Amino acid sequence: MVWVNALVQGLLLGGLFALFATGLSLAFGVMKFVNLAHGDLAILGAFLAVSTTATLDISPWLALLVVVPVMAALGYLLQRYFFNYTIGDNPLPSILVTFGLGVVIQNALLERYSADSRGLDAGSVETASIKLTDGISIGWLPLIVLLVAVGVLVGLQLFVSRTRLGRAFRATSDDPVTARLMGVNDRNVYAVVMAIAFATVAVAGVFLGIRQTFGPSDGPAQLLVGFEAVVIGGLGSLWGTLLGGAIIGVAQTVGNQVDVETGWLSGPLLGHLIFLLVLVFKPNGLLGRSRRTS
Amino acid sequence: MSLLEIDGLSAGYGDFQALFDVSLTVDEGATLAIIGANGAGKTTLLRTIAGIVPATAGSVRFGGHDLLGVPAHRRVGLGVAMVPEGRALFPSLTVRENLEIGAYSKRPGTWTVQKVVEVFPLLERLLGRPSDVLSGGEQQAVAIGRALMANPRLILLDEVSLGLAPIVVKQVYAALPAIAAAGTTALVVEQDIAQATAVADHLICLLEGRVSLEGPPAELSRDDIAAAYFGLAHTPSTEAR
Repeated sequence: MVWVNALVQGLLLGGLFALFATGLSLAFGVMKFVNLAHGDLAILGAFLAVSTTATLDISPWLALLVVVPVMAALGYLLQRYFFNYTIGDNPLPSILVTFGLGVVIQNALLERYSADSRGLDAGSVETASIKLTDGISIGWLPLIVLLVAVGVLVGLQLFVSRTRLGRAFRATSDDPVTARLMGVNDRNVYAVVMAIAFATVAVAGVFLGIRQTFGPSDGPAQLLVGFEAVVIGGLGSLWGTLLGGAIIGVAQTVGNQVDVETGWLSGPLLGHLIFLLVLVFKPNGLLGRSRRTS
Repeated sequence: MSLLEIDGLSAGYGDFQALFDVSLTVDEGATLAIIGANGAGKTTLLRTIAGIVPATAGSVRFGGHDLLGVPAHRRVGLGVAMVPEGRALFPSLTVRENLEIGAYSKRPGTWTVQKVVEVFPLLERLLGRPSDVLSGGEQQAVAIGRALMANPRLILLDEVSLGLAPIVVKQVYAALPAIAAAGTTALVVEQDIAQATAVADHLICLLEGRVSLEGPPAELSRDDIAAAYFGLAHTPSTEAR
């Protein structure tokens, strides 16, 4: 039963990881943009929620209504007037620029909020749970996070596959110059993609803050998990991102259970091992089809 | 009246200059063929008109607008559509989606997916397919249809016969009269001189980035064209403008 419980809790945890990875997957899928500041942006979103809840005296859930639009606008502006200059055949400029941005965000947060750990108080929902059987309970909070993650990914997938703008995303991803010949402003497409990426990572950051305490330097650890989910699922594939998040989540909880029983593994270690195995045996990821998906 | 007026146009890629002082005019509804050897600057000329290669000197006026100040993605809305060399379909999009994205600029006009299928009946059963599994001729039909979906006043056709079997080339070119009938002006880049002289009202030959010959096909002899094409002899003066 403990193993079934580990599996269930892992899947729930995977929702948060998938939400972290969504923006990375989308930005890479459409514009081959590797955002090393992604984890720091999640933490930035969580701290923005700290300020919003304190200033307006509202719950973290309502703070999402402020934090998400602010982060989306920030993403749009950063991409339009800054990141766009790094887009090209060579991914190195984007890696260097976002690495620097991550350092800036970490230090700005340290300056503004100090190094103390913070948390977001969402009230009783944080501990409430549904008891399925003896030994297995599902927490409301992880369940909400998972449902939101699935909702976001399904919504994005529908948006990309069904709408006029989604078609422009895919066309730009295939061939930005030819997309321009169709009347698509690729620079604007990139900015909208980054706005969506920032919005999703802001949601992930706030959920993280509700779930656990966080500090200004916690970003890179989130980035690592996000990248692993994206790579395991398949670069640029949104369904793959959900699968990758679930696998990393299960690996962490099962790994922790192994650690409890035998003392030879730890949760994060098992996740990293699976990541390495996927890189060796299926470098395109489990659902990676290199071109067809976006 | 002339729809497109190019005057003293120079363009290139970085330090490499591909066009030198090119001037030409195209009347509304006419078909202009541009011929020339590989590397003569034909594709660069079309790409400069479409806006994806920057001009370094000269002017391009289109229907009264100065095109050079307009970014590429806005030129489609003004009525300039391009069929790029090598088709360049979007592999992530189905055939229908490739056609639909041609209408992205929402320029008003009469072209629809249905009308494109009437011009290229072979597309009917392919609409739901991914575009990268099509044959070369099918892809070319999609690429031309995609450009038509923009309801262009000027369509730029770059080497539409390249890599296609002669019978397929014939099918593709059979669509040109339908395009012209819609009042669309066409600029056709073509390596096949016989094909170019057959479809065009006016012919321009480029040699190493410069206009080496121009005139109505009927008034140009094969020797003149061959000389201008390969740069063999002294090129005849061209005051036909």
